[in-house]
Amino acid sequence: MTDDDLQAREGIHEVAPPPIPDEVAAAVAERFPGTVFVDSHGQAVVYVARASWHDVGAFLRDEQRFTQCMDVTAVDHLVDEARAVPEGVEPERFEVVANYLSHPRNRRIRVIAQVPADDATVATLTDLYPGLSFAEREVFDLLGIGFEGHPDPTRILLPDDWEGHPLRKDDAPARVPVTFKGDPGPR
Amino acid sequence: MGLESVPHNFVTARVEDLVKWARRSSVWPATFGLACCAIEMMAAGAAHYDLSRWGMEIFRASPRQADLMIVAGRVSQKMAPVLRQVYDQMVEPKWVIAMGVCASSGGMFNNYAIVQGVDQIVPVDVYVPGCPPGPETLMHGILTLNQEIKSGHILERRAASVSGGAGLTIDQRDGVPSAV
Amino acid sequence: MTDHADTVNSAESVNSAESAEQRRLAAQTDEGAQLLRPLAGKAAEKELVLTGGPWPERDDTMIINMGPQHPSTHGVLRIMMELSGETVLRAKPVIGYLHTGMEKTGEELSYVQGATNVTRMDYASPLSNELVFSLAVEQLLDLELPERATWIRMLMVELNRMSSHLLFQATNGMDVGAISMMIYGWREREETLRLLERITGLRMNHNYIRPGGVAAELPDDWEDDVLAVCDLVEAGVREYDELLTDNPIFRERTVGVGVLTTEEALALGATGPILRSTGFAWDLRRAQPYLAYDDVDFDVIYTENGDVFDRYQIRLYEILESVKIVRQCVAKMPRGDYRIQDRKVTPPPRARIDESMEALIHHFKLFTEGFRVPPGETYTVVESPRGEIGCYLVSDGSPKPVRLHIRGPSFYNLQSMDAMVPGCMFADAVAIVSSIDPIMGEVDR
Repeated sequence: MTDDDLQAREGIHEVAPPPIPDEVAAAVAERFPGTVFVDSHGQAVVYVARASWHDVGAFLRDEQRFTQCMDVTAVDHLVDEARAVPEGVEPERFEVVANYLSHPRNRRIRVIAQVPADDATVATLTDLYPGLSFAEREVFDLLGIGFEGHPDPTRILLPDDWEGHPLRKDDAPARVPVTFKGDPGPR
Repeated sequence: MGLESVPHNFVTARVEDLVKWARRSSVWPATFGLACCAIEMMAAGAAHYDLSRWGMEIFRASPRQADLMIVAGRVSQKMAPVLRQVYDQMVEPKWVIAMGVCASSGGMFNNYAIVQGVDQIVPVDVYVPGCPPGPETLMHGILTLNQEIKSGHILERRAASVSGGAGLTIDQRDGVPSAV
Repeated sequence: MTDHADTVNSAESVNSAESAEQRRLAAQTDEGAQLLRPLAGKAAEKELVLTGGPWPERDDTMIINMGPQHPSTHGVLRIMMELSGETVLRAKPVIGYLHTGMEKTGEELSYVQGATNVTRMDYASPLSNELVFSLAVEQLLDLELPERATWIRMLMVELNRMSSHLLFQATNGMDVGAISMMIYGWREREETLRLLERITGLRMNHNYIRPGGVAAELPDDWEDDVLAVCDLVEAGVREYDELLTDNPIFRERTVGVGVLTTEEALALGATGPILRSTGFAWDLRRAQPYLAYDDVDFDVIYTENGDVFDRYQIRLYEILESVKIVRQCVAKMPRGDYRIQDRKVTPPPRARIDESMEALIHHFKLFTEGFRVPPGETYTVVESPRGEIGCYLVSDGSPKPVRLHIRGPSFYNLQSMDAMVPGCMFADAVAIVSSIDPIMGEVDR
């Protein structure tokens, strides 16, 4: 149904958004308006606002029984050829991704928030899931996204005096020139 | 090292032979297993391939007690100063084997994080190719080193090289003698 | 003992060899010892100072550094420990000494080449890494693999689980002090690796499980070889059980050491044998089956106490469970293709390249450019010998990933040190780190 059709039937009533098939995603969408649900190859993904990153985590842990947050990572979309951003989501350069697992309910959900390049910070989840301490440090180290409230926001994989965030697309090149001893010079 | 400065005659040649025999017969490696190659190095030390045949089964934890540093694995930028420190702590005569392609040249990891060959940090005597080199290839490298020590050739190569390492490469076909 | 003080003082005024002898005789006690002459003159004014001063009454703690180069065989892990005497108050793992930039390299390599990169992360069980990467790519492509490919993958991954746990037995034994375990552990592992070499071509870092299936068909008479290895490994595991499980020294060193509760394990993100040792029987092969695990019969091994001994036992018996699965794979291996015949993903047979121009071009495109994956993202998980290994893959329609992130189980499991180490003895800290079974390749990537 295109926007034109909607315009034509203006005044009757607005079409309600289709119900979200995944019950956890539906609960998240109900608690946090503006959440967008996507079925990504059979996996439940919700796109939330950056401001509710921590609250979504607390909601999932306390009310939806998501016992573990398996992984927190981030993506740099600077040079994407084509980007699959769902409707209703404002794409930014970075995306922070958290994968949750509920053991008692045996289900997973992925939560994604957009992070702008000029204000690359998001709330920490370590107060809810202490096991994310290393993961958030890694995201900071390699991608430069700060986690507010993290107990130890230092570099973890790179030397402490390293400058830059190599996993960013504009930072380190993925291939360095190969050096040969006794190389006569550039060909 | 001592051997070059000794004046050559019949008696000192016998002494030199004795020294070379002592040096090559029980080369104790320092534990410097970093990544996948370390697993193959441990396999070489285990019963099936048995480095103990050449007196090398004891991997010394302290570099002061070791003769040989087998750099087994990829060296990251963070590890490079540690590598140099361990190498410096070893006492002369000391040898270095770069085991695997990551140690020899950076291997498949041609990026910001890996030192593109440990010869940028320490002088390397034998390069052992492979990803990872099987225990037989590693033993080929070790035996090449022993042969070079026996013939004295390694000291000549070291003196002639820029980096101070002999820079021998073995080919990966096990059992084929390398051209020395 | 008579007091010769008066005689000594009067003898002092006479300065001759004879008087020295007299002095010595005068100072001699009945037992043949010598009384100390009191200091006189300048000597009495000199103050003796011991360097260091008096020892402080309070016990200061000491921060020491273990690694990154150390004899424990767990790779380049550095642990900073605060010790009070012999007791560890806290330990902080410092990682990054093996950071290889594999995720950056993963963005540079095509999906065809990606398995070669990923396989070197957890280098003790490389096929698990390849599997999770291949499953992620196939999910993004919505590929349906032939049954035989799936069963071959399961066979290979279980063989890898056996060799990884045998490696653990060897290194754990050595770290705890059972050096002979180090030598024995390699015995069966070598046989398993020989079998893997026969099938995949390499002992380690096989690059065998690729998106689309596996790289090559199983060799002739593989069933006999696999069953022979199964028998050997089973016999070996029974021997290790006999050697260590009831061994009082081994038990003394491991029982009650490094206890972890389920709540702590879940909070710290631990998975795999560490989580199962706390009484929480969670195994992805059973809970969220992938490949053909719901078609094979095996038990999930778990224990209650959460100590180092439990983790040793779990991994030991998991070897036997893997043998069970491998035997079932041999019995139930379906016929069919070892890889999907999708021209997009799989290269043509080498013989066809000589005959058909199309096949040549297809081969060329696949190995230079690779295949394109439509935009999307997925998080695929697999149970590796260390726990849940996940691959978060983001694609954008190009032949190379936008983001390849591997959730390495050891990366998260290392954090469980925070709960296990405080309060233990220094030697126990080594045993605890060994029981976590970290592989630094997947910790640092």
